[in-house]
Amino acid sequence: MKISDYEKIVGSETIHELTLISRKLARRKIQCINSTRVGGGVAEILTSIIPLLNDLGINATWDVINADPSYYNVTKAFHNCLHGKQCEITQAMFDKFVSTGGAIIKETKIYGDIVFVHDPQPIMLIENKGKGNKWIWRCHVDVSNPYMEVWKFLQRFIEKYDSSVFSSPKFARDLQIPQFLIPPSIDPFSEKNRELTRSDINRVLDKYGIDKTKPIMAQISRFDYLKDPVGVIDTYKLVKKYVDCQLLLIGNRAADDPEMEMVMNDIMEKKGNDPDIHVLLIEPDQNDLDVNALQRASNVILQKSIREGFALTVTEALWKSKPVVASAVGGIPQQIRHRYSGILCRTIGGAALGVREILNNPEYGARLGKNGKEHVRRNFLSTRHLRDYILLFLQLYNNEDIIHL
Amino acid sequence: MSSWNKRAKNPFQFYTSLKLLELTGKKAVNMRELVEIIKDIPGSSIYYHTHVFLQRHQSFSPEPPNAFAYWASHVLGEYKLGEELSSIDICEFSSIRELREKIIKTIENHLFENKSQIRYAPEGREFDFIKARSFVVPTGFSARNLKEFVGILGKITIHSIYFHIFASRLRIEKDMNDFSFWIDTSAGEPELAKIIASLDPYSFTMEGLRRKIISLITRWSSRR
Repeated sequence: MKISDYEKIVGSETIHELTLISRKLARRKIQCINSTRVGGGVAEILTSIIPLLNDLGINATWDVINADPSYYNVTKAFHNCLHGKQCEITQAMFDKFVSTGGAIIKETKIYGDIVFVHDPQPIMLIENKGKGNKWIWRCHVDVSNPYMEVWKFLQRFIEKYDSSVFSSPKFARDLQIPQFLIPPSIDPFSEKNRELTRSDINRVLDKYGIDKTKPIMAQISRFDYLKDPVGVIDTYKLVKKYVDCQLLLIGNRAADDPEMEMVMNDIMEKKGNDPDIHVLLIEPDQNDLDVNALQRASNVILQKSIREGFALTVTEALWKSKPVVASAVGGIPQQIRHRYSGILCRTIGGAALGVREILNNPEYGARLGKNGKEHVRRNFLSTRHLRDYILLFLQLYNNEDIIHL
Repeated sequence: MSSWNKRAKNPFQFYTSLKLLELTGKKAVNMRELVEIIKDIPGSSIYYHTHVFLQRHQSFSPEPPNAFAYWASHVLGEYKLGEELSSIDICEFSSIRELREKIIKTIENHLFENKSQIRYAPEGREFDFIKARSFVVPTGFSARNLKEFVGILGKITIHSIYFHIFASRLRIEKDMNDFSFWIDTSAGEPELAKIIASLDPYSFTMEGLRRKIISLITRWSSRR
């Protein structure tokens, strides 16, 4: 997509502002680095943002680190620990992180004037910091209540960066470097978010054998304990007592997620033989279109996470004007104002009550969805994200509170 | 020549202001902590928390743009204090320093009257102090008369309107908003300038404020 294509959604004046500030970065090379090109919110955002930065005349590139699967087992454990989950981290795991980190440093060529590193997997690259370039670490994880041993281990790398970025005010830590707040975003033109026809949607429902006559409640997430898929089934069972509906639990397999098999076993055990519970493991190459269609087919979207980063699945659902019932964790309260643009919950009972209210009052659900879409349009689309990133890069060279460009 | 087409002494240059939010790492769990942090936090944080909802909730109904008031009412359940904070008339203050003092005084009075009742925010609902770095950029648009001014006002972003109405007056400490200043001193319409200066911009949504200013200037010009 071209940046000009976004005019019809956000207005030409917003695109004009992006053009104005982009000119100030014309001579800088921006190098983004993360751990995977597919699966998960970070890859999706970079897929959308990098071409748009380029279209604005900014020299931005995207590199992905290489590591063996056992490294990702360690980083997954770190990820869970940062989210505050009970975990056991051994010295061998720290050693593995450092040894693989060393190999990643050797293999990764650093050429950016600004090096923009995402999440803990490539964090050790900071050891390659030269005198002439600026480094930013972007944390996509909810670190509001981390397991301190892991956080302290990472902190010694983080504080070597020039700036850090978090997705929610709740994730701010005691750091010696500036911490910026940049919520992530969705791309309205991506395969996962573009408009679909009714027949596109029906084709996907038929493919997965979904009943078109029964109301649908759905949760779209990685199959991960932190997304509480078992709690979602409990929620569905409470709703099902009063409303004859069906539940879709939809996920895909991300390249760096070794925990999924265990979660799936628990889900299938909880599901039992209820034919109205559909557990859909979507192949990566069909993920985006199918998720788009299934979200649009749903009457209510759930996000009953125990911990969250920003929860882009909520953003996607709101953008499709869907009423959302979601836990008040991570970045979700930034997106949903309770009973204005969705329903916030803290318990299985609360989630079930919210779903019942929406299924029994479709006009109420439509109102929540409409407000949610407008909130996303103004605050959580790629264009706002682009603006924040450009300002983030510019602040590296300007230290004042009021900067005249 | 009508005031609509009358050439101004100097053109009005439209700027815009874009914000990057910075986390300070400071958080409060009750009003005592909040007021102590307010005493020391940078002015850019006070400014941010007293204006935050103006740009974020542009489409929502008009509401007090004051995050301290929202937290007092909706998190601590201190509705009276919340109302007192939200009804602070920001237009009356010409500097962040004065506004900060008023907020401190309001909270300290409340604490004095309610010594025995300290309410705590539940976990996860603490008040997180944020400050904003503002990037001021010329938009390239300039108006030589009121007709051009209204035309540009209709197509610039709300960030630009925000800058000229709110930020320039309080954060950059000018006596009046930029629009009124130009209409008075350059376009030669002091009465119109006074009408716009006397608006209560904090009780409008940003889009509502845009429409209001355009309609005031258009009606004014049509009567001349």
